[in-house]
Amino acid sequence: MFRAAVRLSVSGVRGLTRLQPGCQGALAVRCYSHGKQETDEEFDARWVTYFNKPDIDAWELRKGMNTLIGYDLVPEPKILSAALRACRRLDDLASAIRILEAAKDKSGPHKDIYPYLIQELQPTLDELGIPTPEELGIDKL
Amino acid sequence: MLATAALRLLGRRAISTAVCVRGGHVAKVDHYALPVYFDKRESPLPDIRYVQDLSSEQKSLKEKEKGSWATLSDEEKIALYRISFKQSFAEMNEGSAQWKSIAAGMFLFFGLTGLVVLWQRKYVYGPVPYTFDQEYKEKELQRMLDMRINPVQGISSNWDYENKQWKK
Repeated sequence: MFRAAVRLSVSGVRGLTRLQPGCQGALAVRCYSHGKQETDEEFDARWVTYFNKPDIDAWELRKGMNTLIGYDLVPEPKILSAALRACRRLDDLASAIRILEAAKDKSGPHKDIYPYLIQELQPTLDELGIPTPEELGIDKL
Repeated sequence: MLATAALRLLGRRAISTAVCVRGGHVAKVDHYALPVYFDKRESPLPDIRYVQDLSSEQKSLKEKEKGSWATLSDEEKIALYRISFKQSFAEMNEGSAQWKSIAAGMFLFFGLTGLVVLWQRKYVYGPVPYTFDQEYKEKELQRMLDMRINPVQGISSNWDYENKQWKK
């Protein structure tokens, strides 16, 4: 999760993921309630589990993806990988391409996030035969 | 007595409602109650496919999608994308030039309003009131000073009454 990336506008996503546990604590903890704060790892694991559901249906995929894109973050590659595999189970190539587009759009001005995502997702993309929007040429008008 | 009557009425109503349901009055779902397609960045996967009625070509493509995706050509992949979605993100995010016509329309109407105001100044309004004359304004100021209006912080506090001039 790149919550910190969006907030801090630090370049170098790789360095950031390593830094996360340290700086995240100070940033994210607010004294609103005594409820337990979900850590980034728990968040990622929750969404990976969600998309890994073997009999996920089309509505759950749409709902999950739309909710995830609604958050102030770019999903981790492992979450996206699980979502792409869910698309495969549902035989929905268009949604898979759309998810990649949405992740790129979600990165906003941070141009280094999307190449990193593609780099991490490349094995999944190759395995499932999912083209990137760039390969299809639909990232340009 | 009254209670019995009420109960009987209630019972009859309940029965008649049941008859209604059994009589086959099925509520029709209108189009506005159904999910619609829309392109939005915030929700990348809309509720329904863009193309609802598939042609035979598209149907066979959909069947082919169930196989390995690596065997699909780029054209077929784009065709599949266009079945599900109307616009790609690039097309969605393209700014429109509509602001130009909106600005043009605004300035057009501002200009027309200005012409109307000018015309009114010439043909509708009478002359400017005498209270705006230089002479009248001077007398007005003199009177204000004579009346010592606002002597603490206002206009009269700036007037030097002994030397009859504005304080430096």
